[in-house]
Amino acid sequence: MMRDQKLWTWHLAAGVIILLLLGLHMAIMHLDALLGIFIPAGGHSIDWGNVAARSQSLFFGVTYVLLLGTALFHGFYGLRNILFELNPAPPLQRSLSWVLIVVGLGLFVLGTWAAWTSFQNTNLV
Amino acid sequence: MLEANGHPNRLGILGWLAGGRWGPDRYLYTLHRVTGLGLLFYFVLHIVLTTSRAFGQAAWEQSMAWVSGPLFVFGEYLVFAAFAFHAVNGLRLVFAELGFGIGKPIEPVYPYQTALDIQRPWMVLTLIVAATLMVVGALDFFVWQ
Amino acid sequence: MSDTRIPDKIIFRIRRYAPGRDGNPTWGEYPVAYESGMTVLDGLWQIKERVDPTLAWRASCRMGICGSCGMFINGRPQLGCNTQISELGSTVVTVAPLPNFPIIRDLVPDLRSMFDAHTALSPYIVREQDEEQVRPTAEYYQSAKEMERYLQFSYCIKCACCVAACPTCATDPRYSGPMALTQAHRYNTDTRDDGFENRLETLSGEAGPWRCHFAGECSRVCPKGVDPGKAIQLMKREMVLDLVGLRKQTTPATPVEKPEGIERRPGIPAAPPPTV
Repeated sequence: MMRDQKLWTWHLAAGVIILLLLGLHMAIMHLDALLGIFIPAGGHSIDWGNVAARSQSLFFGVTYVLLLGTALFHGFYGLRNILFELNPAPPLQRSLSWVLIVVGLGLFVLGTWAAWTSFQNTNLV
Repeated sequence: MLEANGHPNRLGILGWLAGGRWGPDRYLYTLHRVTGLGLLFYFVLHIVLTTSRAFGQAAWEQSMAWVSGPLFVFGEYLVFAAFAFHAVNGLRLVFAELGFGIGKPIEPVYPYQTALDIQRPWMVLTLIVAATLMVVGALDFFVWQ
Repeated sequence: MSDTRIPDKIIFRIRRYAPGRDGNPTWGEYPVAYESGMTVLDGLWQIKERVDPTLAWRASCRMGICGSCGMFINGRPQLGCNTQISELGSTVVTVAPLPNFPIIRDLVPDLRSMFDAHTALSPYIVREQDEEQVRPTAEYYQSAKEMERYLQFSYCIKCACCVAACPTCATDPRYSGPMALTQAHRYNTDTRDDGFENRLETLSGEAGPWRCHFAGECSRVCPKGVDPGKAIQLMKREMVLDLVGLRKQTTPATPVEKPEGIERRPGIPAAPPPTV
């Protein structure tokens, strides 16, 4: 069973990617008074003008989807680890894995749809 | 694997939090878990809330109004702080769990030097960097806005 | 470290349990007349001789090499024979059986789960059963540098203190635990061994090092300085390298060649014929 060895390695790789992308996201969102990066419309990072500008940017669209997928994998694999360490019986283990996969994929689809729609919709700005 | 038949004596979840006189690295492990779970919980809500931007300005501004209260702002700061710790400690763990910064196999001579002793400077650096990020974040959240 | 205020009375608070008699473990308090240099094990012997002969625990060598007397002393898994009462810094010594193992009686844990995990990882030299294995002619070559790669991990006395300290072992019975994983790593890095693929089946799944999160408590409590935490992280590196195909394959060590063309010096008798 190759599973845990492979999944763990991807978990670590995802962590490094998230460090970079989420670090950038945090810097834009929460260090806006200090750094003021990518707030073309001035004011706060979550003002509509800035949100619309980022939504229309290909760079942000792609990196948001990448961050979304990586973070969902990293977070849900971590949650699976925690739950499995509590020693559920094998049938419950299988159910838990499936629930996590389905919820994770569902959230990924939702987030990608939002990124795509706001990228496509030129009426936004 | 035989499950033995004596009186059960596993520490259970208490063993994740406490249950003995543990060293600092053990508590870092617990904190890493707690921050991870907190971040995951916030993340799921965050994905759902920010889809409102696909519906235009009015929808976005309404969803932002929902989370503009002081309790939410403080909660967001906790998320930022949790990220600061989880990310910096996580980076340390990526190196340590791939065998870097933990020392080579040695001849054990008492008092024993363990991988934790070699990790100590990295652990201290982690805490300093995480604390600095939390302070800067606090300033940006509550003072400079 | 001399303790000038030697207390004359120490109280031992011991976790008692007898199957059939007790439903749940209880605490018992016993006085011990302290003398300088007494270990926790010495205190237990005194209690058994003078106060309560029904107290049960495991001990043998009383010098920190057999690994029998692992106990949970004042909140830390350690060997009873290796723990001076004076180093605990308290007049109350709390002794309980090692956590994460079922209790057989009083301070005696059932260590089968740890030994089963150990056996499942083939903790011995695994190599092709060739003529040399059946009828050995010479020793296998191993340099000092090659031995240093695993020597530290071979000092393990199987006392189970590391497993008692591990947070994953507190909840997860499928995790092999620090002792078994360290011994698997000890053999994987031994150049005489060829069993990496053999152990990979078990190590790549739930029983492998993946549930270790480097809390490091195992290394802190190990009485022999084996540093299982370090061994497990090194094992993870080996396995990730194996996953991406970058692991260095060292052929299992070959027997040492007898030196050619060297004359025996005069006066030195020949070796006796081999009896194996």
